[in-house]
Amino acid sequence: MEMFLRFLSAFAIGGLICMIAQILINKTKMTSARILVIFLSLGVILECFNLFKPIKEFAGCGITIPICGFGSTIVMGAKEGAKIGLFEATTYGLTYVSAGLTAAIFFGFLMSIIFKSHSKRK
Amino acid sequence: MTIKEYKEYVKAHTQKTNEVKTLTLSFIVGGIICTIGQGFLELYKEILPTFDELKIGSLVSVTMIFIGALLTGLGLYDKIGYHAGGGSIVPITGFANSIVAPAMEFNKEGIILGTMAKMFVIAGPIIVSAIVYSVLSGLIFYFIGVI
Amino acid sequence: MRLSRQTFLLTKPVYIASTMSLAGPYEAKGNFKDFFDYVMEDDEFNEKSHELAEIKMQKYVVSKLLMKNNLEYKDIDLYLGGDLINQLTVTSFSAKETNIPYFGVYAACATFAESLIVGCNMLLNMDRVLCITSSHFATAERQYRFPLELGTQPTPASQWTITGSGALILDKTSNNCPKIVAYTIGKIVDLECTDVNNMGMAMAPGAADTIEQHLISRNQSAKDYDLIITGDLGRLGRDTLDYLLKEKNIVATNIINDCGAMIFNKKQKRGQGGSGAGCCSLVFCSYLYKLLLSKDIHRILFVPTGALLSKDSPLQGDTIPGIAHAIEIEV
Repeated sequence: MEMFLRFLSAFAIGGLICMIAQILINKTKMTSARILVIFLSLGVILECFNLFKPIKEFAGCGITIPICGFGSTIVMGAKEGAKIGLFEATTYGLTYVSAGLTAAIFFGFLMSIIFKSHSKRK
Repeated sequence: MTIKEYKEYVKAHTQKTNEVKTLTLSFIVGGIICTIGQGFLELYKEILPTFDELKIGSLVSVTMIFIGALLTGLGLYDKIGYHAGGGSIVPITGFANSIVAPAMEFNKEGIILGTMAKMFVIAGPIIVSAIVYSVLSGLIFYFIGVI
Repeated sequence: MRLSRQTFLLTKPVYIASTMSLAGPYEAKGNFKDFFDYVMEDDEFNEKSHELAEIKMQKYVVSKLLMKNNLEYKDIDLYLGGDLINQLTVTSFSAKETNIPYFGVYAACATFAESLIVGCNMLLNMDRVLCITSSHFATAERQYRFPLELGTQPTPASQWTITGSGALILDKTSNNCPKIVAYTIGKIVDLECTDVNNMGMAMAPGAADTIEQHLISRNQSAKDYDLIITGDLGRLGRDTLDYLLKEKNIVATNIINDCGAMIFNKKQKRGQGGSGAGCCSLVFCSYLYKLLLSKDIHRILFVPTGALLSKDSPLQGDTIPGIAHAIEIEV
């Protein structure tokens, strides 16, 4: 039951965030790059003011799977690094998201070698 | 007809997006993607008890990025995006899509100047802003700590 | 003979001797499926890239057109054409091996009109001119919009680039064929539209201006035509054109139509319709030419429209200028 509730809240919050993005798209005709940057910034701001964690405890993947999670992890790393020293403060942000970034670029490269883009208009 | 009058005409007569349909679809698809992520989170927590929260989170991201990249490669992600709009852009799979799609599109110009150079035409702003945020927030928190 | 600053009457008629059309697979399921000469099985056309496919499309259309008329490359005095891709590479590369003297012309989607007008003038000292334009969904998408696999949602006002190519031969002797009587060279009209996904409304003022100029200079009314057909305004653009013409006291609601708005049927769900340099040439070289040949319609005003923007100009804050050239064709 508890697990079901976790899934349900992930679905609801995740869907809500995507719906806000869709409202932005409908109203301003923004393209995907701008939408992604806006939601990344949202995650960064939430984490800077320590608001991300309470939402995450409730929503789970509902907020970490949207790109906001990426933004918050960066700031989480920066905070952690700032405790150690100046060098770590400026580099730990990227260290924390290195897995995701590496995966995106590596898989991007891999897929471009395996597959070819098609013009499917059926 | 003056420019101002025409602008008003265009504004009044351009068809509006079907709000109910697009919002519902983006909610459902976005929700489903997040639920799948939650599924992987629960799974990894179960089978990898030694991993800390950060590592589990990263693994979930990597899994979702792989799924997004694979669906793009198979030519399915643009079909999902056609209907879902924001629902498939904002999740991390959409970030993967924005890297894989140009990489596949531009591989005709060669591996180095095509794939590698143009891979970031859409995702570039996201990566640059991520790095800028990382450095700035690190500096801010460091100096807050020093004071 | 010059009738006004923009409108010219041809003293010696120019005949459209023959046409050839090649449609993409999706276009072939639309309203004009019975009119196309050839249909592609897929967008790749057995080539490695979509650019190569578009080059092959043009070569294919030209060779079939010449074969149909028992002509060889040396019988053609000028190869005139254009497309939407960077520096007209598609047309230039397809003309490369023909050894025909070559002009590449560009007016975005109005390229076909420009090539016809240039062709009419070149015919004064030539015997046969070939006019061709093409467009391809995948190459245009990559050139002007996003990579094909990116999951984006089109807005309701957007149009879809046609995959297809149309070519025709102009000469001075085929006097039982449809002939070009007069033409109007359009002015660039910019009413400061900025939405790149709403081309129809950006181009409609240009079309309205050109049609008005043509009718005034020729001392005609819209009723003198069986059909006033624009290039790729789409449904929304066609309705806008109707409204703009009414503002100029030209009533043509039942006479005007648009190639882009007509090409897809309702089931195909393609926003406002088709667009692209190949749209008007494909429809003209198949549907319209056959209507003219069978004398179902006798006089049309063919007004291809173009939006003169690049991928970067809207990002730099520039507006979208529109242009349209009118060609009066009779049979």
